[in-house]
Amino acid sequence: MEVSGFSGLMTATVFVPAAGAVTILLLVRGDRNIRLFAVAVALADLVLSLVVFGLFDQSEGADRFQMVDKFSWIPAESLKANFFLGVDGLSAPLVALTGLLGFCAILASMHIKLRVKEYFVWLLVLQTAVMGVFSTLDLLLFFMFWELELVPMYMLISIWGSGRKEYSAMKFLIFTILGSAFMLVAIVAVFLTPELGTFDMTQLSTKGTILVSAGVLIPLSGLFWLFFAAFAIKLPTWPVHTWLPDAHTDAPTAASVMLAGVLLKMGGYGLLRINVGMFPSQTDRFAWALVALGVISVLYGAVVTMRQTDLKRLIAFSSVSHMGLVLIGIGSVGISEGELTVTGLNGAAMQLFTHGTITGLLFLGVGLVYDKAHTRYIPDLGGLAGRMPIVAGAILLAGLASLGLPGLSGFVSELLVFLGAFRAYDWPTALAVIGIVLAAGYILWMMERAFFGPRRERFDHVTDASLVEAIPLAVMVVTIVGIGLYPSLLTDVFEIGLAPMLDVLPGGR
Amino acid sequence: MIPEAAIWAIFLLPLGTFALIGLIIRPLLNRFSLLSGLTLIASLGVALGFSVWTLRSVILGHDLDLETYQWLEIGSAKIQLGLLIDQLTAIMLVVVTGVSLLVQIYSLGYMKGDPGFSRYFAYMALFTAAMLGVVMSTNIIQLYAFWELVGVSSYLLIGFWHERPAAAAAAKKAFIITRIGDVGFLIAILYLFVRADDFAAAGLNAFHIPDIWQAAQPVAIGGVGILGGAALTWFTLGIFSGAAGKSGQFPLHPWLPDAMEGPTPVSALIHAATMVAAGVFLVARFYPVIQQSGDTMSIIALIGAFTAVMAATMGLVMNDIKRVMAYSTVSQLGYMMAALGVGAYSAAMFHLFTHASFKALLFLGAGSVNHATGTFDMRYMGGLVRHMKVTYVLMVIGGLSLMGIIPLAGFWSKDEILAGSWYSSGLVDGWVNRATFIMLLIGIVLTAFYTFRMLHMTFHGEFRGGIDQELADQAEDEREELEEQGEQGSGMAPADAAPVSAHGGVHLAESPVIMLFPMMVLGVAAIISGYLANPQWDEEIGIPRHWISEFLLHGLENTVPVLAGNVEIHGFSRSLATFSTVGAAIGIILAAGLYLGRRQTWERDPLELGGKVHSLLANKYYVDALYEGVVVRSAFYRLMVGAVDWLDRNIVDGVVDTLGWFFRNIGSMIGRVQTGQVQSYGGVVVFGILLIILGFLLS
Repeated sequence: MEVSGFSGLMTATVFVPAAGAVTILLLVRGDRNIRLFAVAVALADLVLSLVVFGLFDQSEGADRFQMVDKFSWIPAESLKANFFLGVDGLSAPLVALTGLLGFCAILASMHIKLRVKEYFVWLLVLQTAVMGVFSTLDLLLFFMFWELELVPMYMLISIWGSGRKEYSAMKFLIFTILGSAFMLVAIVAVFLTPELGTFDMTQLSTKGTILVSAGVLIPLSGLFWLFFAAFAIKLPTWPVHTWLPDAHTDAPTAASVMLAGVLLKMGGYGLLRINVGMFPSQTDRFAWALVALGVISVLYGAVVTMRQTDLKRLIAFSSVSHMGLVLIGIGSVGISEGELTVTGLNGAAMQLFTHGTITGLLFLGVGLVYDKAHTRYIPDLGGLAGRMPIVAGAILLAGLASLGLPGLSGFVSELLVFLGAFRAYDWPTALAVIGIVLAAGYILWMMERAFFGPRRERFDHVTDASLVEAIPLAVMVVTIVGIGLYPSLLTDVFEIGLAPMLDVLPGGR
Repeated sequence: MIPEAAIWAIFLLPLGTFALIGLIIRPLLNRFSLLSGLTLIASLGVALGFSVWTLRSVILGHDLDLETYQWLEIGSAKIQLGLLIDQLTAIMLVVVTGVSLLVQIYSLGYMKGDPGFSRYFAYMALFTAAMLGVVMSTNIIQLYAFWELVGVSSYLLIGFWHERPAAAAAAKKAFIITRIGDVGFLIAILYLFVRADDFAAAGLNAFHIPDIWQAAQPVAIGGVGILGGAALTWFTLGIFSGAAGKSGQFPLHPWLPDAMEGPTPVSALIHAATMVAAGVFLVARFYPVIQQSGDTMSIIALIGAFTAVMAATMGLVMNDIKRVMAYSTVSQLGYMMAALGVGAYSAAMFHLFTHASFKALLFLGAGSVNHATGTFDMRYMGGLVRHMKVTYVLMVIGGLSLMGIIPLAGFWSKDEILAGSWYSSGLVDGWVNRATFIMLLIGIVLTAFYTFRMLHMTFHGEFRGGIDQELADQAEDEREELEEQGEQGSGMAPADAAPVSAHGGVHLAESPVIMLFPMMVLGVAAIISGYLANPQWDEEIGIPRHWISEFLLHGLENTVPVLAGNVEIHGFSRSLATFSTVGAAIGIILAAGLYLGRRQTWERDPLELGGKVHSLLANKYYVDALYEGVVVRSAFYRLMVGAVDWLDRNIVDGVVDTLGWFFRNIGSMIGRVQTGQVQSYGGVVVFGILLIILGFLLS
């Protein structure tokens, strides 16, 4: 079945930031105007992304892929690549997440003084790239958006970063490109396989096609692991996580927010969309390996987090731990009944969204601390809660969400992952549950050292968040509490996207 | 009959107050911060009214019409929220709203002038809502959610004065230790989902608490028998591990005494009357399941009894009045757990009920004393009876009730627990019963001792200077230390370690009425609630004999078939009452002998003559040192975290950097070959062609 149509909504959502970037480059003059214009563009894109999420038809019998924009892009018979955008239940929430975080990241960049024009151009291009990854349905286009995202992030870290910024930017670039190389091989192999011969992801994920193993250029398991390598680096999982703490620590606030909030989610999205969606039988077969890697990441990440003395590095390592939960959730497909499996998968998808908002808020808060107290080194901090109650409160709330406090978003995804995975792998999952104690340890210890304790004179000049600075914090807080109280807003949508993936498995599971 | 909306209101009123204070009063009307306290008191007053109405409805046996609401449905995981109103819940609702209301009234006086006045009442409102949520939940995930929320509001309240490092550390410690227990609780929930299909096949929902009760009943007595055998034991142990964390049972007890860093009314409400009782409640809530596992019951009984004795011994030597009471609370919670373990379900809940009144009273009394002296250290108190007569009388009432002196409330409930452990219910082996009984009896002697010592040190003798003297002594100690250091030739600047007290300064006077009034109400309860709730003789005062026990057991019987021994209610036993009274008397006499004859000045605690035993107790059996020093700092942080961190930096990341270095150098080596000289390129081309020709010839 061919999916087709063109409504322009997805095209607009993806390319409005890029168009804004071009406009800034060519037409807008003056730092103040550039800032305001960038905010306006981000706000427009936020509205568009929420419209996409809101218009997504959840009724039974609705199309799986909606708001499709499709036209022939490279018509040559040998390629037949399409410009093909559209969302399903899996990508619609992630598009909304990107709009949300993109807006917050721009708003958190108002204090940037260095090369303002370039900065906002790169940030907006980044948003187009990520939006593109989440909404494209053509593998070739997917790969191009995936690569496009590298350039702005490299620039943002290496120019506006701090510390060993060139080293970190380069490390980020090399790791991701290495993963991309694996992915490119896999994409080419998929295309050259006679039974498949297409870049159309909707067809590739349709029942049966890819399960035919005859004549595959590379064995299916090989394709699975090639894609996995690319996404595992991006996620990241142990042991290919070391680019993350460096990149995070040295990136400017907005880049950290985007990096942790949406860029890592590209890895998880890829795993769900391509590894689970196109190779369900292989995912089933190697589920134990995913769970093993996930459990190691959860515990290893949490343990290393304990040791960190830089606020940003601490949050970065906690991301390694939390992204391990995504792998565990995906690994829950290693049992038979589809009805039950979808719980863990849904948890993995939820974890992408909730971690995006939680870590986004953490980095926004820490960015403010760094701006005002001029240090992120935890032993130098202390007693800040009295000076900046709003920022400290926001970080505490995000921290509590991160350690899985019920009523906040993190709890829902953790619970679903654990529920789903415990059925399949009880002991490994029980080990991962210990992660909730470790998380409580590093989050509360961080709070104690950096924000509680006696007032320090050297921070007497420190002010709390201003109104403009408080807006992104408030947006994130509302999202975290809202999803925590009313999770079915997202889980219902995710389920629509994920359930068909499992139907493909033999035995109708 | 009470409508469902009114029951929900019990929970929603304090929750709404939290939102109101947090979103409106504190940001906009902080000048009128008194408003936050008054709002909470008003909403709790209404909530108490609804709670009593609920209790009445339950007593009259109304069939409450309660709905469930879908919260989340993914695959076969259906999480439906709703209310579970039975006898147990009805009583807990009254206890929680009642004690909370009194504590909030007291707080108006105690927290007066604190810059965080509104924040305090916001946290208190959140806590009360969460605690009410725990007792009303019908879904185990719903219960777990409120359970964690209770934990976090406790964290916020312990760390309320976050500028004090000790408070911030204690808050963290409380949260982490209780969370260790919660891991077991959470895994128990995960296990339920594993069996979701079996539940569904029997028409049950795996997360619905009444359904879990049903599932645990063996087929032999007409149940469905989904949970059974070793799995049932592990499941119940998981539940108990969560309960042990919250109720400070050994080995998860060290957080509770540290939690005294919070404001005193917080200790009264959270760490004496309600939150710490949540663990006992949780075991009671799953009692129909837990009683099916003799192993779990035995473990609960023994851990409870052991905790009762161990905590009481530590209470003997503490000098901080709140810490004495904290260990006393741990010990009393041990009594309740032990009672549940040996099958004395109603006795445990009865004790929870009476304990809430007299322990809250004792804590509020400690706050009143602190209000006058500025300190919590009993070595700097003494002689307060002359200045605070009302507080003194009320504290003595609370103390006697705690000791279990007839006819105060504590006597009746403690007696029921003793009877429960003496007469075997058949749920646990005989030796467990005997061991529990002996330990609980020893506990009675210890309880009487430390209570007497506490009252004596605080109120009798000469006044020893309060906070002023304490600060002076501390300064003295520091000077001496400094001089010693000076002799060693390393003159360091003195650390500014002066303790920040909430109510600095000594002003020996009775506390204001707003603080005394709630104490008086609790005092009356501590005298009469025991007998009134559970009269031991027939229809003497118009209340049926064994009213509360019958009521609670009736609730249990309604849900599931109860094992034989449980339904039996033991009548009042003169011999057991004599035993316990003699035990308490021994404790009092020992303490009186040691302390009464002493000179008025407080040179040295006679217990210090105990030498090594004293220091063992004063150092809390070195359990805290073991946990913090050995387990957390050395084994976990230095060794394990250090090793993994080293691994991460040097091996995992080292490989990456080494690879990078390798390829960089490869690059420069190749770069050297690329000289740009056509001759050498040509040479290589020729060499290559030769190689290809050679290859063709050979094949």
